Amino acid sequence: MKPFTQAADVLDKELAVKIDGIISAHNGDATQLVGILLDVEAAVERHYIPESAAYYVAQKLGVKPTQVYDVISFYTALHDKPRAKFTLEVCNSAPCRVKDSDKLVETLKRLLNLEVGEVTYDGRFSIEKVPCFGACDVSPAVRVNGVVYGHLDSEERILDMLQQLN
Amino acid sequence: MSNTVHLTINHLPLEVPAGTRIIEAAKMLNIDIPHLCYHPDQTIKAHCRMCMVEVTGQRKLLAACSTVVWEGMEVFTDTKKVYDAQVGVLDLILADHKQNCLSCARNGNCELQKLCRRFNRLLPELPDISSNEPLRIDNPSIVRDPSKCVKCGRCVKVCAEVQGCAALTASNRSGDFKITTAFDLPMDQTDCVLCGQCSLVCPVGAIVEVDNTNDVVRAIQDPRKHVVVQVAPSVRVGLGDEFGMEAGAIVTGKMVTALKMLGFDKVFDTNFSADLTIMEEGSELLDRIKNGGKLPMITSCSPGWVTYMEKQHPELCDNLSTAKSPQGMFGAVVKTYYAQKMGWDPHDIVSVSVMPCTAKKYEASRPELGRDGYRDVDYVLTTRELAKLIRYEGLDLSVLPESEFDSPLGIGSGAGAIFGATGGVMEAALRTAYEVYTGQTLPRLEFEAVRNDVNAIKEATIDLNGTPLKVAIANGLKNAEEIIRRVESGEADYIFIEIMACPGGCIGGGGQPIGTNNAVRDARIKALYELDKSLPLRKSHDNPEIKTIYEEFFGAPLSHRSHELLHTHYHARPKKHDFSHLK
Ligand code: SF4
Ligand code: SF4
Ligand code: SF4
Ligand code: FES
Ligand code: FES
Repeated sequence: MKPFTQAADVLDKELAVKIDGIISAHNGDATQLVGILLDVEAAVERHYIPESAAYYVAQKLGVKPTQVYDVISFYTALHDKPRAKFTLEVCNSAPCRVKDSDKLVETLKRLLNLEVGEVTYDGRFSIEKVPCFGACDVSPAVRVNGVVYGHLDSEERILDMLQQLN
Repeated sequence: MSNTVHLTINHLPLEVPAGTRIIEAAKMLNIDIPHLCYHPDQTIKAHCRMCMVEVTGQRKLLAACSTVVWEGMEVFTDTKKVYDAQVGVLDLILADHKQNCLSCARNGNCELQKLCRRFNRLLPELPDISSNEPLRIDNPSIVRDPSKCVKCGRCVKVCAEVQGCAALTASNRSGDFKITTAFDLPMDQTDCVLCGQCSLVCPVGAIVEVDNTNDVVRAIQDPRKHVVVQVAPSVRVGLGDEFGMEAGAIVTGKMVTALKMLGFDKVFDTNFSADLTIMEEGSELLDRIKNGGKLPMITSCSPGWVTYMEKQHPELCDNLSTAKSPQGMFGAVVKTYYAQKMGWDPHDIVSVSVMPCTAKKYEASRPELGRDGYRDVDYVLTTRELAKLIRYEGLDLSVLPESEFDSPLGIGSGAGAIFGATGGVMEAALRTAYEVYTGQTLPRLEFEAVRNDVNAIKEATIDLNGTPLKVAIANGLKNAEEIIRRVESGEADYIFIEIMACPGGCIGGGGQPIGTNNAVRDARIKALYELDKSLPLRKSHDNPEIKTIYEEFFGAPLSHRSHELLHTHYHARPKKHDFSHLK
């Protein structure tokens, strides 16, 4: 049912220290919960908020775990399950679809042997369709952890991009 | 500035206090505006849009549950526009609802069912898009059925605002929007204390108690078993609601008749063991005061409160009275003292209790409540489940003749009866503690100073013939948390504290009939105090059966045998996530 959360989810010291830092950067202000959670998610390699981290944030801010979970599950930018280390975000807004971003998606699926929304078994890659992220001028393009790779109009260029990710 | 407002509803004029909401104004004309998320004891949510009405001059329909009336307002509750909007909302809810009324715990007592009957939706137009989420049965008390949830948010409110537990929340949005726990965890791994208040406010069958009626019927049908039942004080002032009687009706004698007709071998009164609890707990209090024991001492008869303490405030474990709850004491007495008296093998006894409480199902499953491989209380039924059994038997409680509890273990004092009301355990304990402590007869039995309101805190100083005793009483766990804050901050120096998890005390427990709200709670509290007044016996230590059981079996309160059978202990519950390794 919950493929990634079966293993004991124990907060490690390193992440706890990072979370402490994030919370003090937000002045320990519980009204900045969304910003705090976005920063926590960015600090986790698999780009999600482990249950233990959410409980830790709740305890530190003096709010209930349910409140933290409500926020995580409400915003599409926040996740409660591990994601890929590299999520290949492909824009599916009209300008990119015109420049054949559909073909880009098909090629990625074939090269990685992966459906949209799935994660490779080693946890490295996944493909997600997202709305416009302002790379229309270099489309077709993907965005990976905030970095845009443009002009992906051939298999060669796509492979080249994938090799740059590690 | 006038304090009243004039308006019309469906052309009928009326005058209401300023600040009244349309839904309440309509109620004064006996017009029931359809609603799902609105609840008279809760703050406004305005989620469900079922209550939309038309107001002259307003382009859009307004939510009757959240809109305050104004001078000259003209409200219409039955126009085409209103009808279409309400039916539209209802159809959407139905499309996303697992409709299996015939096998639903709330069949016949469901607000959604009532709305469908009212709107006569014979041919709903939308396809079924209800979820296939399975039932969540992960604890002895509460079952959740997400496929029936109408997302009204009442459970979330009561859990956060009355109980301060916030175990439930909304999650996700739009099509995936649902009501669940943090990370969808099983209830017992959350801050939930199994009080069942959520099951009391849920309009549908999405949160109900774990049903044990079949287990009990099967035990009764087994000729080898001695099936005995004990009934808590609050059941006799709640059960009548299920049979159309007025709120607070006292149905003790009729209830005993019904239980006998159901086939229980012996019908006993938990008021008896409430008296026993007072003997032990009162003696414990005096002992702690005299011998420098841990103070303040806090009552331990509400299992929702005990769980809350073990989960949130384990530092208070030693403050709780070690006396078992009346249910726990009764179970222990039945399978030892009574079994011996009757020459029964305790393994052949099935001990059932009827409680106003869902947390009692959990309490009975605690390993501390049993010995030699058996449980002291085998099955716990809520008041609602007892009503189901009475209906199964084909009886109408309201017209049954009256009969008496079996004896011994069937006599309870007025002090035992008021255990069900907030402040009642305190008052019962004071009646006994005063007389034992001072050696004098109480000039006046009523301690009005400790009688508390629903969802409230009360503080008092009691004069024990010259010695002041500072006490506090709270019902509702949010109020309990405030009492704990006062104690732990050093702001208050109470000696004795009574805490009951549910608003109003057990009479407002999570296992009471659907429809239990604060007005009903007030009526039941009044009924218990009336019951107390009407009884010849009003002090626990005067109960002749209590005297006998000490003579024949326990010796004296706090004796070795008492400790073994009537006392227990508490422990911190493991946290879902513990961060002590980070220190
Ligand atoms: S919750 Fe109400 S409408 Fe739904 S199945 Fe149960 S009784 Fe029927
Ligand atoms: S049983 Fe009580 S504590 Fe648990 S979710 Fe329901 S209201 Fe909250
Ligand atoms: S579980 Fe019941 S009370 Fe809670 S939101 Fe669903 S329908 Fe409403
Ligand atoms: S009852 Fe008014 S919006 Fe739900
Ligand atoms: S302890 Fe739950 S209702 Fe009394």
